[in-house]
Amino acid sequence: MTDTKRQELSDRALKVREHIVRLSTDGGCFTGASLSCADLLVYLYSDFLNVRPDNLTDPTRDYLFLSKGHDVPALYGTFVELGFIDKARLDQHLSTDDHIYWHPNRNVPGVEFHSGSLGHLPSVALGVAMDCKMRGQDNKVIVITGDGELNEGTVWESLLVASAHKINNLTLVVDRNHFQANVATEDLIPLEPMAPKFEAFGCEVRRIDGHDFTQLEEAFSALPFSDTKPSVIICDTVRGRGLPSIEARADRWFCNFSAEEVEELLRELHSQVATTLTSETLTVR
Amino acid sequence: MNYEELIKQTALADDRIVVMTAENRALIRNLPAVLGPRFIDTGITEQTLIGAAAGLALRGRVPVVHALATFLTLRAFEFIRTDVGIGKLPVKLSGFVPGFLSDGNGPTHQAIEDVSLMRGIPGMTVFAPADEADMVAMLPAIWASPEPAYLRVNTRSGTYKHAPFEIGKAEIVADGTDITILTYGMLFEQTLVARELLQAQGKSVGLINLRSLKPIDEAALLDVVRRGSLIVTVEDHFVTGGLYSILAEVLLRNQLTARVLPLALEERWYRPGRLSAVLEYEGFTGHHIARRISEFLGESAAAIAEGPAVLENEFAE
Repeated sequence: MTDTKRQELSDRALKVREHIVRLSTDGGCFTGASLSCADLLVYLYSDFLNVRPDNLTDPTRDYLFLSKGHDVPALYGTFVELGFIDKARLDQHLSTDDHIYWHPNRNVPGVEFHSGSLGHLPSVALGVAMDCKMRGQDNKVIVITGDGELNEGTVWESLLVASAHKINNLTLVVDRNHFQANVATEDLIPLEPMAPKFEAFGCEVRRIDGHDFTQLEEAFSALPFSDTKPSVIICDTVRGRGLPSIEARADRWFCNFSAEEVEELLRELHSQVATTLTSETLTVR
Repeated sequence: MNYEELIKQTALADDRIVVMTAENRALIRNLPAVLGPRFIDTGITEQTLIGAAAGLALRGRVPVVHALATFLTLRAFEFIRTDVGIGKLPVKLSGFVPGFLSDGNGPTHQAIEDVSLMRGIPGMTVFAPADEADMVAMLPAIWASPEPAYLRVNTRSGTYKHAPFEIGKAEIVADGTDITILTYGMLFEQTLVARELLQAQGKSVGLINLRSLKPIDEAALLDVVRRGSLIVTVEDHFVTGGLYSILAEVLLRNQLTARVLPLALEERWYRPGRLSAVLEYEGFTGHHIARRISEFLGESAAAIAEGPAVLENEFAE
């Protein structure tokens, strides 16, 4: 990846993080989980997927399914930066005049399917990938799950079926930010060693730093990893990435900051000046 | 014409149709060779089956999915509600051995809350044919509709010659002034017997095969209510959430009341066994239904004749 490209993606990811921070007030959102996958989404929509505002109904487009739907601020931030939706729609966050709420839905252009209940979209993406294959099309079908989401049996059930049917146009991406809602994954339901689990389910696996655009490009450019197996990319990430004051903290799951804190966090995002947070942070689910 | 032949012809004429199953092939054994990649068996994975069906529907397919009714509607309930329901996708659910048809399997396999669950999903339509001929008459309209649909599969052969089917329309078998029996699904054949037995006692007995439980034929139900006869709902379903509840909702919505006897399963699973034994034990043979109605009317049931033997279920899963 060229330095220019990397800079362009970094600049865009910074803007997406600004959107995420601005959505973390007046009702709040899932800030930490959104920040962890911002770089991944920016890379995929900017540089990898054949999906643009002008081809959203084209059956030959690529598909991205966001199964960890609570990180929708990162998705919508990316959509704003790439012209899928108008920035003004984000001002309608949690307003019943629009459909910008805590989980993705198809009232927002670019969202392929609604999510929120974990463990659903691996199977929905499987159905889409099966159809693309049946029609002899080479669309890429990507589904992003959280790491806590891997607790859900249906993720594994879907991979078992995908593997049996040799659905190699399906790629499952794990946003491995090491936290589930309230606690570190390894303190609750340990997931490591993770790659061998996917390998045992018949997938071809790579593990990368999910914040490194060069590594993202290397991994995604190599898809499909196999002629017969589904691919899995484990992206090691940091929950809250970009804001040291909330990074990798179990209690920064759902955040509802004051307006002043949002301004401070925006400064922190740009200058790395630490923010003093006093808001009561909600923990839900 | 049977179910498999119908789905084969439909799929060969319309490449949107994809036949899917969670390894329940009883009705579709010969289709893999005919449909090739449009036959998808996901193995014993009802949730993945439904999620993948939703994905196929997103791509313009009309998946017809097969699984035992209980695992389909219970194990995969949230996938049906959340992926098919919220998505308003034309996924067609074929629930195998619903109600009493799971005969000897035991309570794990008894789909007797399926109507209640499926009709609670916004946009979902719900159908229950009286026999195989009825099912074959109903399915073309169900599969052609853009709505998600749940079908209580019923492959039993019947002797009654059914009227053409229309979604949301009940089949009025007979009008009656003393008693009207409302039913759906496999108990239709028993209610035909019950009707004959009660008619032989000098009663005027109406019979309606609901066919379409959602949308419900409200006009047909209101006609019966206005006629003022005793209404008997007969169903192989919990009394909660099925036809008795549907009728109660219709009555309240129209600020009406009626004399209603529900014959359904109360707060317990049914005793497993051969189908004929189950119907005997639970009181759902034609003979038992007629006796229960007579007793409800405060009359002696002693004179009610025995009905014909119940044919066993040909599918034992």
